[in-house]
Amino acid sequence: MLEVRNLSMRFGGLLAVDQVSLDVQEREIVSIIGPNGAGKTTVFNCMSGFYRPTGGTILFEGREIQGKPDFRISRLGLVRTFQHVRLFSKMTVVENLLVAQHRHLNTNLIAGLLRTPSYRQREQQALDRAAYWLDRVGLLDMANREAGNLAYGQQRRLEIARCMVTEPKLLMLDEPAAGLNPAETRDLNQLIIGLKEDYNVSVVLIEHDMSLVMEISDRINVINQGRPLASGTPDEVRQNDDVIKAYLGEA
Amino acid sequence: MATHSLKHALFCAVVTLIIAYPILGLDLEARGTSVVLAGADTATVVSVLAAALVVFVFQLFRHRILGSLGTMPSLNPFANREPMPQDKRQRLETIALVVLVVAALIWPFFVSRGAVDLATLVLIYIMLALGLNVVVGLAGLLDLGYVAFYAVGAYTFALLHQYFGVSFWVALPVGAGLAATFGLLLGFPVLRLRGDYLAIVTLGFGEIIRILLNNMTWLTGGPNGIGGIPDPTVFGMEFGRRVKEEGNVSFHEIFDVAYSGSHKIIVLYLIALVLALFTALVIRRFTKMPVGRSWEALREDEIAARSLGLSRTAVKLSAFTIGAFFAGFAGTVFASKQGFISPESFVFLESAIILAIVVLGGMGSQLGVILAAVAVIILPELAREFSEYRMLIFGAAMVLMMVWRPQGLLPMRRIHIEINKQE
Repeated sequence: MLEVRNLSMRFGGLLAVDQVSLDVQEREIVSIIGPNGAGKTTVFNCMSGFYRPTGGTILFEGREIQGKPDFRISRLGLVRTFQHVRLFSKMTVVENLLVAQHRHLNTNLIAGLLRTPSYRQREQQALDRAAYWLDRVGLLDMANREAGNLAYGQQRRLEIARCMVTEPKLLMLDEPAAGLNPAETRDLNQLIIGLKEDYNVSVVLIEHDMSLVMEISDRINVINQGRPLASGTPDEVRQNDDVIKAYLGEA
Repeated sequence: MATHSLKHALFCAVVTLIIAYPILGLDLEARGTSVVLAGADTATVVSVLAAALVVFVFQLFRHRILGSLGTMPSLNPFANREPMPQDKRQRLETIALVVLVVAALIWPFFVSRGAVDLATLVLIYIMLALGLNVVVGLAGLLDLGYVAFYAVGAYTFALLHQYFGVSFWVALPVGAGLAATFGLLLGFPVLRLRGDYLAIVTLGFGEIIRILLNNMTWLTGGPNGIGGIPDPTVFGMEFGRRVKEEGNVSFHEIFDVAYSGSHKIIVLYLIALVLALFTALVIRRFTKMPVGRSWEALREDEIAARSLGLSRTAVKLSAFTIGAFFAGFAGTVFASKQGFISPESFVFLESAIILAIVVLGGMGSQLGVILAAVAVIILPELAREFSEYRMLIFGAAMVLMMVWRPQGLLPMRRIHIEINKQE
C-alpha cells in the first residue's frame, strides 16, 4: 500500500537520505533501524509531508504523495507520532482526542452555534470513539487531566491513541519506546501488535530497542548514513554481516 | 551573598539619585530674559533622598520581601477548598450569571449619567477584549494591531452614515463584516509567522490603517474626523429631544414622558450590554466547538496539529476573522456612543490596553477577561483625584499583578467532559 522509490533528500551540501526504497503491505509492521543520524527521521518527515523530498517518489495506495502538504497526507490516512512527544499539553486528554477527529466532524460553524441535532450526534460519536481509545490504552481515568501532567509512558500511549482516533490506514511511529521502562515497552509491544491484528493498520516503526524491533517486525530496513544497507525479515537482517558491522555490533 | 546584595542595593540607590535629582531637584527659573538653573526647596531634596533610601532598603531585602509576597495567602479565599461537584457548580454559576445580568439591566435607572456612560465604555472594551482573547488567548497569535479592526468598524458606520445615511442597525453587521474581512486579509500574509514576528507585522498593520484614515482626507476627513454619527434607534424611535431622521418618532412623545437626556445614554448602554452578552455567548460556544479546540491545538503545538490533518490556514484565518468581527461590533457601538470619531481614537495605546486586559484577566478565560476589562477601565476613573499619578498607579498595579499572579485574575479553567464508559 505504501511504496517509496529512490527517495532522496538533500539539505544544501548534505545528502541526508540517498536512494532509499521501502515497501509496506497491508497489515504489516515494517521497521527502519540504523545508527543515530542515519536519516531515519528524515525519511519519516518526507513521507508525512514535513519535507519536500529532492528526489524519488512516494506512492500511497497508488497515488503520488511526495511534496503534498502535511495535513493533506494525514487526511489520506497516513498519520505519525513524533520522536519527542508532541501533545497539546494544556488541553485535557479527551480534548486531545477530539481535536484529532476534526476532519470527521462537521465543522460547519452555523450548525455548531445552533447545536443542531446532527451536530450533537456527531460530537457524541467523537466522544464515544475517544472513550473507546482511552479505554484501549488504559487512560480512561485520566480523561479530564491536562495532557501535560501525565506520566511519560502515558503520554506516549495517548499520542498513539490520538493517531488511532483518526482511523489511519498506515501508522508511522518514531521511536515509540524511547524513554520507556522494560514493562512499559512490553505493553507497547502488545499494543502495536493489537493495532495491526484488530484494526488492520500497517505500521512503520523507527526504533532503537532491538528486542522490540525483532519481536514485532514483519520486515526490517536498515539505513546507514542515508543509504539503504539491508532489508529483509528480522532473521535475515540479524545474520547480515554489513548490518552487524555498522549497527548491531560484533558481540 | 550579603556583600553582593549590599553592593547591588547601593548601586540601585545611586541610580535613583542620579535619575531623580536632576528631574525633581533642579528647576529652571526665568529671571528677566535669561533662564537660570535653581535648586529646589529642601522638602523636595529630602524626599528624593528618602526615595533613594527606600530603594536601598527594598533592594537589600528584596529576596525576603518578594519571598513573603509569594507565600502570602492567595487572594482567593476558596483556593484551599475542594472543588465543588460539577453539576452543583454549574447550577451556582448559572444563578450567579442570571443575577448579574438582571442587575446590569436594572442598574442604570438608579445611577448618574456619567456612571452609565462609563459602563457603556466598559462594555465596549469587554467586547474588544473578548474578541482579542480569541486571537491571543486561544489561538496564541500575538496581535498588536487589533485596534485596526475596531477602527474599521467605527469608520464603516461613520462613513456609511455620512454618505448614505445608513442607520446603526444596518451598519452594525456591515461594520463587523467588513472588520472580519480585514481580519481575513491580514491573516493571509502572516500565515507563516508566529510570536515576535507576527507581533511586528500586526503592529504595522494597525499603523497602516490609522495612517490611511488620517491621510485619506477626501474620504475620512483626515485628522478632523467625522461627526454627527447618530445614536441607535429602537423600532424607529429616537431618543433625542427632536427627531432628526424623517419617518422616525421620538421616544418621549410616544410614551408621553418628560424628555430626559439620560434616556439616550441608558438605551445605548442596554444595546451595548446585549451586544456584549451576545459576544460572550457566541465565543463561549465557539470554544466548545471543533473550531475553538483547533485554535487551542494550534497554540499548543502547530506541528502536531498539522500532522493530525488540521489546516493551519483555515485555523489561523478563522481566529483572525472571528476576533476582528467582534472588534467591528465594538467599533460600531463606539462610533455611535461618541458621535464623533477621528484617527486619534485608534492609536497603538488602545491595542496595548486591550492586550493588557486579556493578559491581566488570564489568557483564554472569558470571565477573567471581563473582570479585567471592568478593572482596567474603571480604576483610572476612580483614581481621577490623583490625576497626575493616574498612569503611574495604573502601571504599578499592572507590574504588581504580573509579579503576584502571572496567570491572570481568573486563569482559564478547562471544561470537564463527561465520558460514558463503554461496555
